[in-house]
Amino acid sequence: MQPIIQIQGVGKTYASGFTALKSVDLDIHRGEIFALLGPNGAGKTTLISIICGIVNASSGRVLADGMDIVADYRAARSLIGLVPQELTTDAFESVWDTVSFSRGLFGKPADPAYIEKVLRQLSLWDKRNSKMLALSGGMKRRVMIAKALSHEPGILFLDEPTAGVDVELRRDMWEMVRGLRDNGVTVILTTHYIEEAEEMADRIGVITRGELILVEDKDRLMHQLGQKQLHLILQTPLDSLPAPLQSFNLELSEDGSQLTFTFDAHQETSGIAELLSSLSEQGIALKDLQSRQSSLEDIFVNLVHRPEASA
Amino acid sequence: MNLNGVRAIYKFEMNRTRRTLMQSVISPVLSTSLYFIVFGTAIGSRMGEIDGVSYGAFIIPGLLMLSLLSESISNASFGIFFPKFSGTIYEVLSAPVSSFEIIAGYVGAAATKSLIIGTLILLTARLFVDYSIAHPVWMLAFLLLTALTFSLFGFIIGVWANDFQQLQIIPLMVITPLTFLGGAFYSINMLPEPWQTLTLFNPVVYLINGFRWAFYGVADVHMGLSLGMTLLFLLICLSVVWWIFRTGYRIKP
Repeated sequence: MQPIIQIQGVGKTYASGFTALKSVDLDIHRGEIFALLGPNGAGKTTLISIICGIVNASSGRVLADGMDIVADYRAARSLIGLVPQELTTDAFESVWDTVSFSRGLFGKPADPAYIEKVLRQLSLWDKRNSKMLALSGGMKRRVMIAKALSHEPGILFLDEPTAGVDVELRRDMWEMVRGLRDNGVTVILTTHYIEEAEEMADRIGVITRGELILVEDKDRLMHQLGQKQLHLILQTPLDSLPAPLQSFNLELSEDGSQLTFTFDAHQETSGIAELLSSLSEQGIALKDLQSRQSSLEDIFVNLVHRPEASA
Repeated sequence: MNLNGVRAIYKFEMNRTRRTLMQSVISPVLSTSLYFIVFGTAIGSRMGEIDGVSYGAFIIPGLLMLSLLSESISNASFGIFFPKFSGTIYEVLSAPVSSFEIIAGYVGAAATKSLIIGTLILLTARLFVDYSIAHPVWMLAFLLLTALTFSLFGFIIGVWANDFQQLQIIPLMVITPLTFLGGAFYSINMLPEPWQTLTLFNPVVYLINGFRWAFYGVADVHMGLSLGMTLLFLLICLSVVWWIFRTGYRIKP
């Protein structure tokens, strides 16, 4: 099936000379929730802004449902809804007016019943006549989502949707995003909350310094997350790994004082008992044992700080 | 064509006018009425006719033009500057609307508001001064052309401005002096040389005189020249706006 978004060699260098994106290639699958992770200034918002038509790309092209976002901007943009990172709304407009404005702007005829449905789904119905300036930050965030959904988009971009949002609203938003995905909407969200990506995404992309350094199925990443390591500190350093221990997934440190055993915590048997038994048989005495589980956050931090990522 | 999009922008802008009725409509009508009272009724009665037109009636086209220019510029410049300033422009830029449709929405609303103000000023002037309109169709044509042209000019200023001060610089420091010195209150034939010749380099002279010709059939410059200059300025504004959207100047990095 054709990806709903195809990003092909997209780069962006601003007039100041700053390169925000370096030839990014990415396909977004129809109906998935894709989380784009990256530290501040990585290029997440620039990439989204290019796809949505807010920023001009310096190179490459983007197709939305097969349509070029520049040459066929009308059809392409009609498919896309955007919830920006900043709470940018007209302070003096009412909730109803601002959401209706968005629907009209995207070329849709007025549909009060649909606007009512969206407002009710986002618990905004009681606030429909309130001016934007009278709303709390969380409510404004909901209005931004209502505006993005007002024209019934098939693709929804959420740029840091839960930044500065309390835990309850965050959970509500996750539920809402899942509901949208269940209704066939493709959701692309940027976040620097690893927990958010873990909770919601089908696939995860990691971007840093304008480069997409990883795109992976979340379950596969979770599998990596499931891997644990057992560090065995030896009383007497070894010169090399004895032959009977080579069947284990073991690594000997350079100074020979530590063995690292990597195992899958999701497996029924970890192999620890067998390893300890073998060590005993070989007469290898242990000084200490340490167990550690790597998190997605560790994977993310390692990825964005590894030498080739920062080069 | 995304007519719903144009309508949404137009309605949004007109709603803003409705919310600020006192400031955006009543205030300019009131301040222009003060000119009619002072120059038309009080001082005008002691002044002679100019080109066969009483002084009170003579200044009506110029005052109307003064309001029309400043309101068109102010409405259109604020209309595009504020979304740029607040960040809400992201929505317009990401919507399936063409440059022409964006212009039609913002400039159309600004021009409509200027026309409403112009009509109110014209009606209010009737309370203080007797005037006639010799060429009503041309009067309407000049009114429309000027409102449209200067709304486009205002749009350009709104895109160019980076802060509220810059937003005010051109209307206050350029347009208002040019209008006052462009024959709003006098015939340029009354000026000594070299001022009379120098004044001909002021584009507002042609707008005011074209408008005055439509009212009374008299003007300091030929009506055809006035129309030509207005159309030229419209063409220049359209070209600049086209360039802005082509390059994304100050709206789309």
